[in-house]
Amino acid sequence: MTARLAGTILLAALLCVPFVVHSEFWLSFWLLVLMFTFLGQSWNVLGGYGGQFSFGHALFFGIGAYGTAVLQVRLGVNAYAAAAIAIALGALIAAVIGLLVFRYRLRGAYFALVTLAFAEVARVLVASFQFTGSGFGMLVPLSRGIENFQFADRRAFYLIAWGLVVLGSLIALWLENSRFGAQLMAVRENEDAAQALGIDLVRTKVLALALSGGMAATVGVFYVQNYLFVDSHIAFGPAMSIEALLVCIVGGLGTVFGPLFGAVVLHALGEAAKQATGNAPGLNLVLYGVVLIVALRFLPHGVAGLFARRPRRKPEAANA
Amino acid sequence: MLEVRDLGKRFGGIKAVDGASLDVAKGEIVALIGPNGAGKTTLFAAITGFVPPDTGHVRLMGEPITGLPPDRVCARGMVRTFQIVQPFGALTVRENIAVGAHLHRPRRRDALARAEQVAAQVGLDRRLDQPAATLTVAGRKRLELARALATDPKLLLLDEVMAGLNPTEITEIVPVIRAIRDSGVTVMLIEHVMQAVMSLSDRAYVLNNGRIIASGSTAQVASDPQVIEAYLGHGAAARLNSQLQDGHAS
Amino acid sequence: MLNFGLLLPAVLNGVTMGAVYALIALGLTLIYGVLHIINFAHGSLLMLALYAAFFLYALGGIDPYVAIFVLMPSFFVLGYGLQRFVIQPTSHGRDENILLVTLGLAIIIDNLALWLWTSTTRTIDTKYSFEVVDLGVALIPLPKAIAFFGALVLAAVLWWLIAWTDLGKAIRAVAREREGARLVGIRVEHIYAMTFGLGTAVVAAAACLLLPAFYVTPQVGYAFVLVAFTTVVLGGMGSFTGALVAGLLLGVVEALCGLYLGESLGQIGIFVIFILVLLFRPTGLFGARA
Repeated sequence: MTARLAGTILLAALLCVPFVVHSEFWLSFWLLVLMFTFLGQSWNVLGGYGGQFSFGHALFFGIGAYGTAVLQVRLGVNAYAAAAIAIALGALIAAVIGLLVFRYRLRGAYFALVTLAFAEVARVLVASFQFTGSGFGMLVPLSRGIENFQFADRRAFYLIAWGLVVLGSLIALWLENSRFGAQLMAVRENEDAAQALGIDLVRTKVLALALSGGMAATVGVFYVQNYLFVDSHIAFGPAMSIEALLVCIVGGLGTVFGPLFGAVVLHALGEAAKQATGNAPGLNLVLYGVVLIVALRFLPHGVAGLFARRPRRKPEAANA
Repeated sequence: MLEVRDLGKRFGGIKAVDGASLDVAKGEIVALIGPNGAGKTTLFAAITGFVPPDTGHVRLMGEPITGLPPDRVCARGMVRTFQIVQPFGALTVRENIAVGAHLHRPRRRDALARAEQVAAQVGLDRRLDQPAATLTVAGRKRLELARALATDPKLLLLDEVMAGLNPTEITEIVPVIRAIRDSGVTVMLIEHVMQAVMSLSDRAYVLNNGRIIASGSTAQVASDPQVIEAYLGHGAAARLNSQLQDGHAS
Repeated sequence: MLNFGLLLPAVLNGVTMGAVYALIALGLTLIYGVLHIINFAHGSLLMLALYAAFFLYALGGIDPYVAIFVLMPSFFVLGYGLQRFVIQPTSHGRDENILLVTLGLAIIIDNLALWLWTSTTRTIDTKYSFEVVDLGVALIPLPKAIAFFGALVLAAVLWWLIAWTDLGKAIRAVAREREGARLVGIRVEHIYAMTFGLGTAVVAAAACLLLPAFYVTPQVGYAFVLVAFTTVVLGGMGSFTGALVAGLLLGVVEALCGLYLGESLGQIGIFVIFILVLLFRPTGLFGARA
């Protein structure tokens, strides 16, 4: 059983959930898993395939969330237009940050820190101004109807989330089979060699960051449409940033279904922990931290690495 | 094809390259030799844009390219390999070479096909699906060569592509390089392995302490006493001479 | 705008806070300079030390300035253990992994604190908490003044340790040339762990100095991480003088931002500086030129 096969089967099974499962709890659970899978996939594009580790991916999530909320609530923009603008904004800001940051070929840790700093700046800023709801956050008025991008039936959101995961998987697949993806992975593996082969480092990284930012912003938009509320801590706080990177590390960096596996494992463990210890605040994140360290120690290729390698031609001896 | 004039590069107080000039004509195989630490790799790095030269200029096929970044230089047709091999470890041999092929081939299928072609050229065709990290040194050297070749270069700069190879492997790779030249690619190589230099190159430049101290046909250069002294110290001329006689005979 | 009556006290208060920032940054820059790792758990360890000092006072009546002598050694051991038995084996030596491991530690520590001690803000009131030092032009709360001098003293002690002791020499050797140090018989893994332990001990001291003038919540660690990193990056990774100068500078910046932009935006000045430094002068004020 290869990782791809397992992932595809899982994805197909998840499509059936809203039609087969009637428990509100499980529907919510799997919806969250799907949402975080796509968030993870956005991180995966930049971190798994591109090798640039962002510790502040919440920045882009938050731009999507606050972008769409502010546009709808303060400026009366139509929900779909607001969504499109917010997503474009996420991609654009990501590109700008990329241009600034990648100019100097900063070491990986610096990039991680810069993204963290930007997320923090955003968090403090939105919490300080009336326009963005200051400390209270933004509430999007309930008005069910497809024209408002809100659905009476929760299952519609579930299916959208599922669709996003399929989209994310297709994007990953595209990366593994395209020129851009090949160049991105070359940059990840060895920047000097990549340059010697004609790859423009800055352009490649910026494009990857823009794609990643747009995807993360999409999750932000989805979050707001589904829950109709966002505040500075949810949007730009560490929780989202940690989710984004953790599902990839646990599931398998630079793989198509890594984020899905990671999201499932992480949230299953989280749920189990909650049942075992009661809903204590903070405890599930402790578990996340432990899982991160355990995964780093024992699962260098994540859950995806546990499956068989994709069938290749006759295996050769290891010496050339 | 390539014209380098008065190239200079210093690092702190040290002049790694000091007013070096050389020419490479289309279709040649030119060797750049010299003792360790002479500045050969720095010269390559300066020519190909990895390190901006302090003085001098470089022209490729008549066009000035001094100071261009390496990816632009590659796009114009000059590619280098690295002395310390730099494979894309997590990718397979095929995927590695495809990265080079993608320079002029936007479609994945074309790039992969070209990768197979090139792999066959350098003898890696049975290793196509192996992760690059599992190759031996010789395999990695061939991979470096293959990757560079896949970019369809006009001028190939090989930096000690034979270092670390045993004599059999060297004998295998020499005709590969010759075939590359015969297919229309100009080659300049940094090399320490004298037998290869002698049998492959038409001309040679000798670099010592950042300066070109000799140039000409390989036979001329090899018997130039200045060159011999640069490598082996005083009095080594006679010794090397007799070794060269044996090299030509085999 | 330039009301000296307001400006000067703000600057002086900023300087006292800055000295503590500098001390925290010293621990971080030491760890970076030697192990070349960005220790994300640094802020969390500070928070842990703050809680430790708090509980020592609340439950044992031990004054924080006395607690320094208890907490520095214990946190040294903690730091040693973390590096030797968690960070080193988990990261398999790779840079990105080390980053993630320390992040994991930070997450664990921050959230354990949240679970164990909840979000309630804890402060302590010692008999000197409300005393002030009258400098004529400004009134400085006594705890802050003590923090200022304490931080400088500790920085001097740390400097002495690195410059004059055998351990310091070994540390500098490993920082400069790891394999060479190994060849002359220095046990590199041990030195790494000692350095991490030292950095952590310094942070514990900073916590003891900080507590009387400050407060503690589980979120404090996260808040300090960025400030610590900004200080280190601004000063130049691995530079002692840099960390000191940058710390004082940032303390003043924060105070001024707080004065002009309001308390909640006080820290934003620091983040903005961080981003600017990373983008335009990543080597910092005193760091080695790239």
